[in-house]
Amino acid sequence: MIYFDNAATTMQKPACVVQAVTQAMCSLGNSGRGVHGGALSASRIIYDTRAALAELFGAESPERIAFTANSTQALNTAIKGLLKPGDHVITTALEHNSVLRPLYELENHGVELTILPADARGNIRYEDFEKEIRPDTKAIVTTHGSNLTGNLLDIQKIGSIARQHGLIYIVDASQTAGVFDIDVQQMHIDILCFTGHKGLLGPQGTGGIYVREGVALRPLLSGGSGVQTYLRSHPPQMPTALEAGTLNGHGIAGLGAAVRYLQKTGLPAIRAKEQELMWAFYTQVREIPGITVYGDFSSRNRCAIVSLNIRDYDSGAVSDALSAEYGIATRPGAHCAPLMHKALGTVEQGAVRFSFSHYNTIEEIEIAVSALRELSQEE
Amino acid sequence: MIKRQERLVITFYTTTAAMTMERLCKESGADGRIIPVPGSISADCGLAWCAKNESEDALLALMVQHSITPQGIYHCLV
Repeated sequence: MIYFDNAATTMQKPACVVQAVTQAMCSLGNSGRGVHGGALSASRIIYDTRAALAELFGAESPERIAFTANSTQALNTAIKGLLKPGDHVITTALEHNSVLRPLYELENHGVELTILPADARGNIRYEDFEKEIRPDTKAIVTTHGSNLTGNLLDIQKIGSIARQHGLIYIVDASQTAGVFDIDVQQMHIDILCFTGHKGLLGPQGTGGIYVREGVALRPLLSGGSGVQTYLRSHPPQMPTALEAGTLNGHGIAGLGAAVRYLQKTGLPAIRAKEQELMWAFYTQVREIPGITVYGDFSSRNRCAIVSLNIRDYDSGAVSDALSAEYGIATRPGAHCAPLMHKALGTVEQGAVRFSFSHYNTIEEIEIAVSALRELSQEE
Repeated sequence: MIKRQERLVITFYTTTAAMTMERLCKESGADGRIIPVPGSISADCGLAWCAKNESEDALLALMVQHSITPQGIYHCLV
């Protein structure tokens, strides 16, 4: 199989990740539950992963990183844990449903929501943030990169706007963590939500949330913590505050190995390889008659994602043909990004998304381009 | 019979803080090891750092240097 669905999950993981998970499944107890060797092994491996992520994202300390099952849990924790009825929040049309749906839910309970529109190339206007900020605005929530077009947002710029106005800035780094440089302090990010199984190359079921010191969130879950047992409420100290129940120690062990692999390989090298493949693909497919490519390719620095359609063909049928006839894995449909599809005018047709990993090869790109040439030929 | 000696015991609000303490002590060669929080201190679960009484000054200095907030500092039989 030629796997071009890395924006959904990276299927190929470094060998060290598989080994770390296997070893963890043979040796880990439950972190913070007892002080025997197995429990301490779990606590130490989880701490090591926390510390590695804190270093990767420029967090003040490992305590500022809490583990979650995925970005969706992290974003729900951030959004529902921060906003109260009467608060106003600004987001964008680029967002995934893991941002939009929690916000829509809160809108039903008195939170006011402004969604900045995107144009037909998937771009927002940064000056719109300033225009929409009100006295009751509490936060800005944006993605770092669109999971549909691959367009990046300038999170440094948005972070500066948020900080100038005293707003909390929440970033969804689902598509960028592990590939693009993120420094939460330098970029004025107050809350960073990430998943472990995409660019971070870890196992599914891992993810996390960075919360800046001084920002308090109401926890989404409460329960077992391994500490302060006789307290009626869940302990308020990070990271325990946002980590009720047994952590995914086995997955987190794999995530730790993945982060060490990324740091050893270097994000610039990974990003350069992904972008080289993406540009090789894009520059060829855009010339194929009948193919429409979506998004803004005016900047070379963008996520390694190319979404397209062939004529008026249903995106699901194209993706199925690519899989069944050529063994090429892509993602059709709506990509959980309803407002982005509305902006692009692809609600009915959907789009076929190709998303690349540094493990892909230029030979695979050529095979996919050739397949698209064949599929786009008129009968 | 369990042998008991008076020791310095430092407790923490989170498992992560205890792990930070262990990491720092290991890196700096400081005295001590992780133990369960003794029942004489608290019925809560959790991890504590146990060291010789005479290590107190060095350990507290290390904690201040690295902004580790203890839940409590005790001298008790463990």
